[in-house]
Amino acid sequence: MDIELRGITKRFGPVVANSDVNLTIRSGEIFGLLGENGAGKSTLMNVLSGLYRPDEGEILIDGKPVRFEGAGDAIRAGIGMVHQHFMLVPVFTVAENVVLGVEPTGRLDHLDLKTARRQVREIGAQHGLVVDPDAIIEEVPVGIQQRVEIIKVLFRSADVLIFDEPTAVLTPQEVEDFFGIVRSLRDAGKALVFITHKLFEILEVADRISVLRGGKIVGEGDPKTATEADLAEMMVGRPVSFTVDKAPKAPGPALLEISDLKVLNDRHEVAVDNVSLNVRAGEIVGIAGVQGNGQTELVEALTGLRPTVGGAITFLGEDVTRASTRDLHARGIAHVPEDRQRDGLIEDFTIAENMVLDSYYDDRFSTGLNMHWQKVHEETARIVTEFDVRTSSVFDLAGHLSGGNQQKLVVARELSREIKLLIASQPTRGVDVGSIEYIHERIVAARDAGVGVIVVSTELDEIRGLSDRILVMFRGRVVAEFDSASATVAQLGLAMAGAAA
Amino acid sequence: MSEPGKLDAISSDLLKRAVADRFNGEEMILVPVLSVVLALAIGAIVMLATGVGFGSIGQSYLALFTGSVGSVNAISETLTAAAPLTLAGLGIALGFRAGLFNIGAEGQLILGGIAAVAVGFALTDTPAWIHLPLALLAGALAGAAWAAIAGWLKAATGAHEVITTIMLNLIALRLVDYLLRNPPIQKPGRADPISQSVLPSAELPRLLTWIDPNLRVHAGILLVVAAVAIVYWLLFRTTKGFEFRAAGANPDAARYAGMRSGLIIVLVMATAGALAGLAGANQVLGVLGRASPGFSGGAGFDAIAVALLGRSHPVGVLLAGLLFGALQAGGREMQVAAGVSIDLISIIQALVIVFMAAPTLVRATIPWVFTKQVGR
Repeated sequence: MDIELRGITKRFGPVVANSDVNLTIRSGEIFGLLGENGAGKSTLMNVLSGLYRPDEGEILIDGKPVRFEGAGDAIRAGIGMVHQHFMLVPVFTVAENVVLGVEPTGRLDHLDLKTARRQVREIGAQHGLVVDPDAIIEEVPVGIQQRVEIIKVLFRSADVLIFDEPTAVLTPQEVEDFFGIVRSLRDAGKALVFITHKLFEILEVADRISVLRGGKIVGEGDPKTATEADLAEMMVGRPVSFTVDKAPKAPGPALLEISDLKVLNDRHEVAVDNVSLNVRAGEIVGIAGVQGNGQTELVEALTGLRPTVGGAITFLGEDVTRASTRDLHARGIAHVPEDRQRDGLIEDFTIAENMVLDSYYDDRFSTGLNMHWQKVHEETARIVTEFDVRTSSVFDLAGHLSGGNQQKLVVARELSREIKLLIASQPTRGVDVGSIEYIHERIVAARDAGVGVIVVSTELDEIRGLSDRILVMFRGRVVAEFDSASATVAQLGLAMAGAAA
Repeated sequence: MSEPGKLDAISSDLLKRAVADRFNGEEMILVPVLSVVLALAIGAIVMLATGVGFGSIGQSYLALFTGSVGSVNAISETLTAAAPLTLAGLGIALGFRAGLFNIGAEGQLILGGIAAVAVGFALTDTPAWIHLPLALLAGALAGAAWAAIAGWLKAATGAHEVITTIMLNLIALRLVDYLLRNPPIQKPGRADPISQSVLPSAELPRLLTWIDPNLRVHAGILLVVAAVAIVYWLLFRTTKGFEFRAAGANPDAARYAGMRSGLIIVLVMATAGALAGLAGANQVLGVLGRASPGFSGGAGFDAIAVALLGRSHPVGVLLAGLLFGALQAGGREMQVAAGVSIDLISIIQALVIVFMAAPTLVRATIPWVFTKQVGR
């Protein structure tokens, strides 16, 4: 089944999300759609999956124009979407989730779960999507949940599968498995659309690439010949540097010392297991590791968000093991949380309100009970300009910013005051290439100004590019330490998999 | 780095407020107004269905109008009825802003009323300028303390405030009943549950007796205006209000920003309770002069609707309180003049709440009024 989008334009009020977009999706092919956050990728795919009606243009299936009145029409036409945020019922089994809404029923509307389980196994076997139909969704890893989403779409006999940022939540190993699945679906004759802003992924898996910028198709690329630099330039509209420019710098005096730290996770299991490390002024310490190996709990303990059960944290010679979040903040520790939308900012608050979210009590912004909003707004306007947060007004809601600009807002807030230590978790997750470059520059600038930095990331490139020293965490322990100049990807990868332990 | 001059130019652009977009205006003003219109329309259908003729329906709504805003007396009655609803509604709105669903205004209100009565009759030979503030303060403190219990339970144990405030309402109801039947609150020589009378020095003075000695509107409405201003200031101009709103909009982000959620919860509940307690004090010191079972007239529950209707904004709550006050004042007139049961007012109030809670319903019922269509 081939699909053609012809002259698609979609407007939201004065905002043109898609402008005269033409593209073709063919069966037996993986089509990569590349673009920064806010480039219009999701709008375009929502048009294709029937959620939005285009203002202009038409959709042709095998040459015949079609009109989708809703998502149901698109599904019946064989177009299925695997969303970035999974739409699964956590307490249901795999099979129950797959058949939800189109359940096989027997006599007297009896729910035929036996057939459902068989069908799930069949589809799984056919495409290499191995899952246990009886597993409960909330108990299986994210990679498996994604497989269930794919099976769900295949169960509804989709011939066109759209993947919206499918790798954002996966570990490197799961990404590899996922690529295998995508390739086998292509070989089975399905048409696949792969939406992402990660360049190397699209180069690895796509057969054909189109780049979307500002709602328009600005270029096409052949994955065999295109380079990351080419694609990035098309995507951002200017040349982008992938290497972090960083002058060598001798670290200063000791800043943070952690000894034998022990922290429990929410299930009361040991998540951080006797970790000792230190950070000195003017150095970037990278903490690498596959998601879920204790990095989150370590950061929460360091920022006063999670109690410790053993060991000690010393900051500038003072014991801060039991210090509160506010106290640590006042001592000059800044925190860029890993989940910015949940923990880093308040989407219903204005940009200005978010800018002072953790410093509103400061003398600069308030006296006693009274907030000085005029000062807050002026200061925010200054910081927003300095940190290149793209917005038209400081009164805009943070929720209206693109992901990259939200992250820049959080980074700007944390770096725009006098700090001694920066703890940045996944500082560029879900952020577009242009913003990544900028955020990296700011982190290095902070380090050059004598700030100690801890960067926690699951992206090896980011860790290697930024860090002066790299620690690898595996099952709650620091299992390896590397000088970033000499560490290879292979060494780090092995350590992350636990081989060095 | 851009030179300072350029930075200033860009910054001043950023300081301009965006023109309020139309969709928001519809949400804030059109939906509430249409909710009331729709509720009145369905109220008419209900009257038709119960055998009230067209003429009587017209007469009823006319009476509703004249009884609420048609004369000085009507306006006085509307303001008198609006005062406790607005005060308690402000407290509930404050809770909503902080993510707390405080069902307990009724309990806080009646305990506040009892405390105000107690101070109101106990302090003899005290000048009014001391006595009245003390009585009001007693009402606010009693409400605050009662609400703080629910706040503390949530902060310390995670107990949900909806459950605890409902339970505290029941306890408060029985406690007040007990107090009204026993000394020292009970009026000496009476067997029925009724309190001693508030001394004149603790009464909220009536404001319009120079026009007509029967006009009941009293200084409590000045209290209401002050409370609206104070709650607005608290929510939008202070650091505590910033914390309240942050904790309500995103508790995780508030915690990550170093705010202490437990303290915030207790403070919000106590402030909400103080406002409900003031509402109770307002009733006993301004209207009734004493307390008896059911003296609140359910104002603590109606106040939930007032807070919802006012979109948890202090000014909105004031307008919603005035509307509900008008419905109550007009409803009495409607009963007298048109013979339509005052229960209809409860139906209209309930319908307003239904429409306010489901704005999509309003949009779907009269879609042509809105620029933005449902589901698109």
